[in-house]
Amino acid sequence: METNSALKKRNAVNVREMIEEKKSKRSITNVLEKVMPKVLLAIATISVLTTVGIIFTLLSETVEFFSRIPFVDFFTGTVLRPLSQNPEFGVLPLLTGTIISSVIAMFVAVPIGLMTAIYLSEYASDKVRRALKPMLEILAGIPTIVYGFFAFTFVTPILREFIPGLQATNILSPGIVMGIMIIPMVASLSEDAMSSVPNSMREGALALGSTKLEVTRKVIMPAAMSGIIASFVLGISRAIGETMIVTIASGSSKNFTFDITQSMQTMTAYIVEVSSGDAPAGSTIYYSLYAVAATLFVFTFMMNLLARYISRKFKEEY
Amino acid sequence: MKYVDTALVQKRMNSRLLLNTFAKTVFLLSTLFGLVVLAVLIFRVASGGLGWINIDFLTGRLSTHADRAGIMGAILGTLWLMLVVAPVTMFVGVGTAIYLECYAKKGRIHSIIQTNISNLAGVPSIVFGILGLTIFVRAMDFGNVILAGGLTMSLLVLPIVVVASQEAIRAVPAHLSEASFGMGATKWQTIKNIILPAALPGILTGAILSLSRAIGETAPLVVIGIPALLIPFPGGIMDRFTVLPMQIYYWTLDSSLVAEYANLAAATIVVLLVVLFLLNSIAIVIRNKFQQRY
Repeated sequence: METNSALKKRNAVNVREMIEEKKSKRSITNVLEKVMPKVLLAIATISVLTTVGIIFTLLSETVEFFSRIPFVDFFTGTVLRPLSQNPEFGVLPLLTGTIISSVIAMFVAVPIGLMTAIYLSEYASDKVRRALKPMLEILAGIPTIVYGFFAFTFVTPILREFIPGLQATNILSPGIVMGIMIIPMVASLSEDAMSSVPNSMREGALALGSTKLEVTRKVIMPAAMSGIIASFVLGISRAIGETMIVTIASGSSKNFTFDITQSMQTMTAYIVEVSSGDAPAGSTIYYSLYAVAATLFVFTFMMNLLARYISRKFKEEY
Repeated sequence: MKYVDTALVQKRMNSRLLLNTFAKTVFLLSTLFGLVVLAVLIFRVASGGLGWINIDFLTGRLSTHADRAGIMGAILGTLWLMLVVAPVTMFVGVGTAIYLECYAKKGRIHSIIQTNISNLAGVPSIVFGILGLTIFVRAMDFGNVILAGGLTMSLLVLPIVVVASQEAIRAVPAHLSEASFGMGATKWQTIKNIILPAALPGILTGAILSLSRAIGETAPLVVIGIPALLIPFPGGIMDRFTVLPMQIYYWTLDSSLVAEYANLAAATIVVLLVVLFLLNSIAIVIRNKFQQRY
């Protein structure tokens, strides 16, 4: 009897303890339930804060820069001499360098990227596509510094065989290599756009006796045009923001020229040069870093917005 | 009576078919162009660099003498950088993805964060370098150390992890979480015990891909100011450091002065590409092996 009551006693205690335990557990669960959404929201705002941080740092230092160098002088100046006795800060040499290198890149990336997309989407069998796509992904995954090395030590020497006036650092070779770098991006985005054109449209055109080329040119391309154009715009944005290839292979000449055999500096390369040259904080050249970066940011941001606008606005719905 | 002039049709068809075949060949050739460049690039790098890779090169210190230079410092620096980037991006990236997919109502805040992430993905990497230089190196006064570089890189690759994690979470079928709710589990319990484990392969794949991006990225670190000097091996996150891409950069720049530096750069590229290849293979294995189909 005694043992039995002792057992009961112990059980009673245990049950009470268990209830307590359960309660405390539940309260932890409840607290977690309330706290976690807020914690996660706080984490999610980090990405927003990053954007705010970028815009704020660029803006505040750029404002300081423009209080020293007039806005108009910066955007219309053709002379960039940040290190001389009486420095001049005209951004046009950097703008032409950036635009010319991007144009060269797009001359390579647009036709080859688009034709690759057409082949993969319209002509290739499933098996071929499955073999080719990972290889293009490898091309996309190669670090840009490797492309820079490739441009400087391989493409430039080869080009110099054919183009006698080509300098050791020039805008042509990094432009071409940048184009090669962008091919996978243009190809895969355009292919996505073309693959999403419904098969019924292809079949309809084929049933009328079109060849695959005619189907592609007259049915698929018009239907996928918004996605294709958006891929080009994103490619340009990528080319404008590309840094290492042009820094290595195009040198740091700040000449205002349109001669693609010459060395030209892009906005990104200028940022690299100035920031690795230990510009003392507070000097005008230090602030010019931010003015150029802000210009670059605005350019790429507009391109990205444009791409999104095109793909949304002109999207064909089926 | 003859309704169709077969000969004429044949003639017209032939030219159209011929054009089609021609176009197909051109398209195929341009597809192969990318692959040929890839092959040439790898051949160029391997032929220049493979002969220079040996134990002394991998474990040696940096040196101005090409035949005595090693990349141990850069390898350690890359590893340390990843030790900062991996946990930070995983924590912030997955947290953001959970918030967007599980908690945020489809409204203002959701669309602000979502648009913001796709915008961040399009910002040139060098702009992140400026951000890191201004905030981490100067304002917070870390100096050009591993922590500053790592945090900058984390912000740069954050969109990759967020988008990958979002897709992974979205791919978890609703009936799993409904079953969990039906058993009386709370929302956070369901996320922690059901959704995250099911989404883990996808999340890990994204995390590895973001790491391989961070390993190869150079521009932000140049801006932050990685010295080209001989620095001691890094031993902690507050040490100065160099990484593999930075080493490639400096050696490539100086290759017009000392020809052997081009070989050193090529050898370092081989090491970098092997690391990236291994990382991506791991990602593919995870994706194929642990991806469950529901």
